[in-house]
Amino acid sequence: MTNSIREIPTSSGFLVIGSNTTENHPVIGSMIKKEVLNNKKKLIVVDPRNIELSKYADYYFAINPGTNIAILNGFMHVIVKEGLYDNEYVEKRCEGFADLAKSLEKYTPDYVAKICGLNNPDDIVAAAHLMATLKPMALYYSMGITQFVSGVNGVKSTANLQMLLGNVGVAGGGVNPLRGQNNVQGACDMGGLPNVYPAYQPVTTEESKSKFEMAWGTSNLSLKPGLTLMEMFNHALAGDFKALWIMGENPVISDPNQQHVIDALKALEFVVVQDIFLTETAELAHVVLPACAFLEKSGTVSNTERRVQMMNKVVSPPGQAKDDWWIITEVAKRMGVNWNYKKPKDIFAEIRKVTPSYAGMTYERIRKELLQWPCPTEDHPGTQFLHRDRFSRGLGVLTPIEYTSPAEETDAEYPLIMTTGRLLDHFHTGTMSRNSKVLNENVPEGYVELNPNDAQNYNIKDGETISISSRRGSLRVKTKVTEKTKPNVVFFPWHFFEAAANKLTNDALDPLCKIPEYKVCSCRIEKVYP
Amino acid sequence: MDSDLIKFSIDGRVVKGRRGQTILEVATENGIYIPTLCYHPKISKTGACRICIVRVNDRMLRTACTEPIMDDMTVVTEDEGIIANRKFVLELLLMEGDHNCLYCESNGDCELQTLVQKYQVGPVTDTSIRHDREIDFTSSNAIKRNEMRCILCQRCIKTCNEIQMCRVWGTCERGSETHLIADDNKRIGESSCVKCGQCVQMCPTGALSFQTVLGTGQNWELTKETSICIYCGVGCQIDFYKNKEGVLVKAIGNDDGPNRGHICVKGRFGWDFVQSPKRLTKPLIKKNGNFVEASWDEALNLVAEKLSDVKKKSGADAIGTLCSAKCTNEENYLMQKFTRAVIGTNNTDHCARL
Repeated sequence: MTNSIREIPTSSGFLVIGSNTTENHPVIGSMIKKEVLNNKKKLIVVDPRNIELSKYADYYFAINPGTNIAILNGFMHVIVKEGLYDNEYVEKRCEGFADLAKSLEKYTPDYVAKICGLNNPDDIVAAAHLMATLKPMALYYSMGITQFVSGVNGVKSTANLQMLLGNVGVAGGGVNPLRGQNNVQGACDMGGLPNVYPAYQPVTTEESKSKFEMAWGTSNLSLKPGLTLMEMFNHALAGDFKALWIMGENPVISDPNQQHVIDALKALEFVVVQDIFLTETAELAHVVLPACAFLEKSGTVSNTERRVQMMNKVVSPPGQAKDDWWIITEVAKRMGVNWNYKKPKDIFAEIRKVTPSYAGMTYERIRKELLQWPCPTEDHPGTQFLHRDRFSRGLGVLTPIEYTSPAEETDAEYPLIMTTGRLLDHFHTGTMSRNSKVLNENVPEGYVELNPNDAQNYNIKDGETISISSRRGSLRVKTKVTEKTKPNVVFFPWHFFEAAANKLTNDALDPLCKIPEYKVCSCRIEKVYP
Repeated sequence: MDSDLIKFSIDGRVVKGRRGQTILEVATENGIYIPTLCYHPKISKTGACRICIVRVNDRMLRTACTEPIMDDMTVVTEDEGIIANRKFVLELLLMEGDHNCLYCESNGDCELQTLVQKYQVGPVTDTSIRHDREIDFTSSNAIKRNEMRCILCQRCIKTCNEIQMCRVWGTCERGSETHLIADDNKRIGESSCVKCGQCVQMCPTGALSFQTVLGTGQNWELTKETSICIYCGVGCQIDFYKNKEGVLVKAIGNDDGPNRGHICVKGRFGWDFVQSPKRLTKPLIKKNGNFVEASWDEALNLVAEKLSDVKKKSGADAIGTLCSAKCTNEENYLMQKFTRAVIGTNNTDHCARL
């Protein structure tokens, strides 16, 4: 998030796009709801599903999955055409306005409504007018913006809109991606990505190479960007990728096109899985290492607003389960390096040295203060919101973005759109939530959501088991007939191994960041006759 | 001088507050204790329980939680008359409800119990105003409700209306018949409740309790430690309670986190997997297609040996690692360092895109 959770009460309104906030980030969802319901703030919701927040929205747009860019361009078309943008802000702080304005010309409300499957083009105009009056408006998004082959462009579009409206770099505004996991922000910050070292320092420059070689006392750092997770599996099947060490992940359930993932894992010469349960992925490993769960360890994690917080050990680990950092250290030592970490604090001391945005943080400060990166020095208070007065690069770039259709479109064979997501009571591959009594009781089994229209067309009753297929696979699953999903769109929560949505999802990737298109593929449903 | 600044006295001590503040708020800021039951700083004021009465200007008894401060007012937080009144209020509550601590989950962690003991209110004999109210221990797998212990403070209602924003709880009927309902007179398990449990966290008595706590240990035996929820990226701080045996008992939202005390159903109930009997407890090595338990030394040696082997045969770029969005910064840092510095490849990633 460019901004902070505690700024929610200072926003005049919210645009929530591609985020089912009350189910996936419930505490933030409640905060937004409170502002809208109790304090009369404005709310615009864009989502293919009739999510809870849409009930309270001033304007709600039930777009077709994969058409975010079209509707964002539609809003901006109106804002530019009618001169509703923040002229002073755009002139002083941004560049590329003329090109953007030109690219927006064709995105008339009628054109956009057609792409998005909306019958209310006038509402696009009205919502754009409303947005321009909200000073400031905060934009919240999540995987409903990013999990497309056009994911990167979707993100750029949200930034375009907020810059036009002058909402970036001000308290209560911002472009606010809601991170979906306890430390996904931190894993990225720490360089758990194939193209960057900690603090997003590129692996391809000699400068970073020599910096980290000096810091780590080594001389063999590679300048070649590594493989992303999906690419590792592709190369495993191609035969030039041989060994994988997986720490606390379950790609058999979480990655698209499940059969492809299983085949790839089986093709590997050596797989190590380090986890808390014998997951579906661990089953395929050659070695399984028992790790501590979150309440058995200490260390820091970074939340969606860049705030670094302490995790403390609450209970003892079972049996011989060990801290992940201990396991990595022990293997490293056995491979000939002299690592001498005794506790997480020793590691954090090293992190500070090589991670400029964390340099000012210490365990002592983190325990006492609310610290958000960047925090470059020990007397720096941390950063509540980014891009105040100037963007990191100087001027904010307004980038023309064209709408492109999803990788797979519906046809006679696969006439429905399938989209995936999470439920309030479950998380990811269910390793945690399905082993939790109350959560598992709340939603014990998987299902797909079907609009009553489609249910009637296919002669399917609520609760009936159907067959659902895509180009990648087929499975049986129960239905839940609900108005929550729009006609021709099937929503499939992906937490359940016995009804694994990712057997069907498309592994087409965004060309830039390699995010798979989980949010839209074509599918077919069939009634099952006993 | 700032005209919004108000000077007055509490128990003879001169204090200052801002216009619009209540006596209770200024007293709390100055470390002066006034007992409360229905009041809670996170929700709007109710003024229902009358336990916070104080004497204003030597005459009137006012509820400190709702009474705005005024210039030069004198406030007395406790005198014989106030004590008698507070005792009377507590006696009425005991007459009306069935407050038997012997059977109560909140024993030792109950604001009513604390005040009854502080003001030494004896057992009540006249229970003629008591009538049966609903006890619902079964409809929800998360929340138990015993209205015989309810003091109608409305904290649960306001919590649901002002923090969780689900507007599930409400009251119906009037006078002594007033009681709590969920939605339009449903039981909690059949209502639209999403089981965040915030109402239980805010309940001053044992009227609302978690299904999971009874029998797990006495409240005064529990110890707590603060950590961060493992689920989404909001980063809620949670106080995790465990009993003498080290078994996790309950989770309470911590006020210092970005969540400001609030947590959702996953944070509230989704941590018992940690102590599941299905947890991995020993390293496993696959031999002839089956997993066999191994010592740490054996497993670690094998991993190091195999990775070195592949590196020698096929090069560093034939090896990769996956970091984890469920692990700490320290652990992720170490995994990418291992990959880059020890293996010699940038093939490291995690599920940021999933």
